[in-house]
Amino acid sequence: MDFNRAHVLEMEDIAFFKPQKRVALENCGLIDPESIEEYIAKDGYFALAKCVSEMTPGAVIEEITKSGLRGRGGAGFPTGTKWAFAAPEVADQKYVVCNADEGDPGAFMDRSVLEGDPHRVLEAMAIAGYAIGASQGFIYIRAEYPIAVERLRLAIRQAQELGVLGKNIFGSSFSFNIELRLGAGAFVCGEETALLASTEGRRGEPRPRPPFPAVSGLFEKPTVINNVETLANIPKIIRMGADWFSAMGTERSKGTKVFALAGKINNIGLIEVPMGTTLETVINEVGGGIQGGKKFKAAQIGGPSGGCLTSAHLGVAIDYESLTQAGAMMGSGGLIVMDEDTCMVDIARFFLEFTQEESCGKCPPCRIGTKRMLEILDKITTGNGTMEDLDHLETLAETIRDSSLCALGQTAPNPVLSTIKNFRDEYEAHILEKRCPSGVCLSLLSYTIDPEKCIGCGLCAKACPVEAISGVIKEPHSIDQSKCIKCGACMDTCKFSAISKK
Amino acid sequence: MNSIEELREIKRKKEELVAGRNANGIPTVNVHMGTCGTAAGSTDVLNAVIEEVKTKNLEKVYIMQSGCPGVCINEPMLTLTIPGEIPYIYIKVTPENAKEIISRHVINNQPIQEWLLNLKK
Repeated sequence: MDFNRAHVLEMEDIAFFKPQKRVALENCGLIDPESIEEYIAKDGYFALAKCVSEMTPGAVIEEITKSGLRGRGGAGFPTGTKWAFAAPEVADQKYVVCNADEGDPGAFMDRSVLEGDPHRVLEAMAIAGYAIGASQGFIYIRAEYPIAVERLRLAIRQAQELGVLGKNIFGSSFSFNIELRLGAGAFVCGEETALLASTEGRRGEPRPRPPFPAVSGLFEKPTVINNVETLANIPKIIRMGADWFSAMGTERSKGTKVFALAGKINNIGLIEVPMGTTLETVINEVGGGIQGGKKFKAAQIGGPSGGCLTSAHLGVAIDYESLTQAGAMMGSGGLIVMDEDTCMVDIARFFLEFTQEESCGKCPPCRIGTKRMLEILDKITTGNGTMEDLDHLETLAETIRDSSLCALGQTAPNPVLSTIKNFRDEYEAHILEKRCPSGVCLSLLSYTIDPEKCIGCGLCAKACPVEAISGVIKEPHSIDQSKCIKCGACMDTCKFSAISKK
Repeated sequence: MNSIEELREIKRKKEELVAGRNANGIPTVNVHMGTCGTAAGSTDVLNAVIEEVKTKNLEKVYIMQSGCPGVCINEPMLTLTIPGEIPYIYIKVTPENAKEIISRHVINNQPIQEWLLNLKK
């Protein structure tokens, strides 16, 4: 076969990569994560060397503040300011903690960074340690990421052997070490105070703030907690300068953001785009559009704490402010794309079921409130809802948002509130017409055989696991609705498209 | 590690190694081994590459592993870099495909266009 080498594209010319700008992910897929030398060959650990030999801790913090970097875990708090809170605290010990407890369904940003470029995070933690005067770091990582854990362990050992972690780094008086702590699978441990409790070996439950961790954190010592992606930006900011970083992005959101594209999108994967990129570019150019040429309906951004964006929001520039204004939030970077076949009530129910199950139970609004909300959603999706339920749902959601102890509870109602706001008609169809417009909620569906199309082959009757289909061969068959379990096996078997669900 | 000089020395040595491979036209087979790749079977792909390189007695092939380049849906992926050429990104690689890539592309210099991601449409 004739092969034209001129048709081979550079990686950055592929439609998927073209709108991207890779900073946190720059080495992912290119270097061997199990080789410290490969990281060093990509200028790894040079930022740490620069900090300890040429910069004062204050200058490091100043540089990060000037860059405009904000927390990538979801809240978007300015990283430099966070460091500046912890730096002046006087204590015999301070800590740097890396939050790698990535728990949002459909999110895998941190995992990919840790698996593809673990040394980057270690270097950034040491820089943070130098900046605030900490000599010990902890990475709190979920045990469900075995490859990331293994590569981090190896990376820490390599860094210690080479002396870029340990005592008197680069001949300076600065010493820093890092240990791993494995999470046991509780979503709430991604919340910083719960994470600290769990790191200390206690039950992972949040506590009220203040005191903030910068003042009294791990073992009641001043502690800076940064998310993996936030840290992954640090070394390059130090190497290239704050101005280089702040040249990317929008007025108040600088740099890039990593998103995990999941759901009904063609290019499921991990992307990094400059802040200010529109949702349209992310979904249609980078994401390659919707699977099977279907219509885009909504994107859930920010996981179970976030909100949904609709086709009306395709022009929204993705940054912290615009997303909040659009009724969603940046969140950690999960972006679940939904097509016309997705029921928004069911999606809201799915996310609420998740947060309900993960509620730690410490405060009543979250523990009891989300349970009540879930019950109402169950009622609606099974066709038993009333319009009063809808009002009740909104009141509950607002109360839980305003009165929960931590961000898990405060944001848990978001998917419900934003779907009610953007897709109220779907809720009303479930309640008033007892109908699921997308054909998802099983209780509201029934499978029927069109007698005009059915030739009576009997295949569906054979496929039915509960013998709900009867009929004489060569005559139209029918489904006994009282027996039907709505599994859809008949519809899959029928060669004449005679079975429909409505 | 006592000085930045030692760091520079490590970087220089690593760059020398890469330059040496480039000067000798040694191709690099990079198998992407993130969780997405591994779950899709990249461990078998890597083993197939190692085995094929051994079977065909190829002394001058550099095999490495890396993380996920981002297009998780196309895993397992393998990037073949031949010095002086744009890297070839192979997608949805099976162990059998990996062996064919070695024999057809690495040995006979015939890229297999239907398995490539980075081709002009």
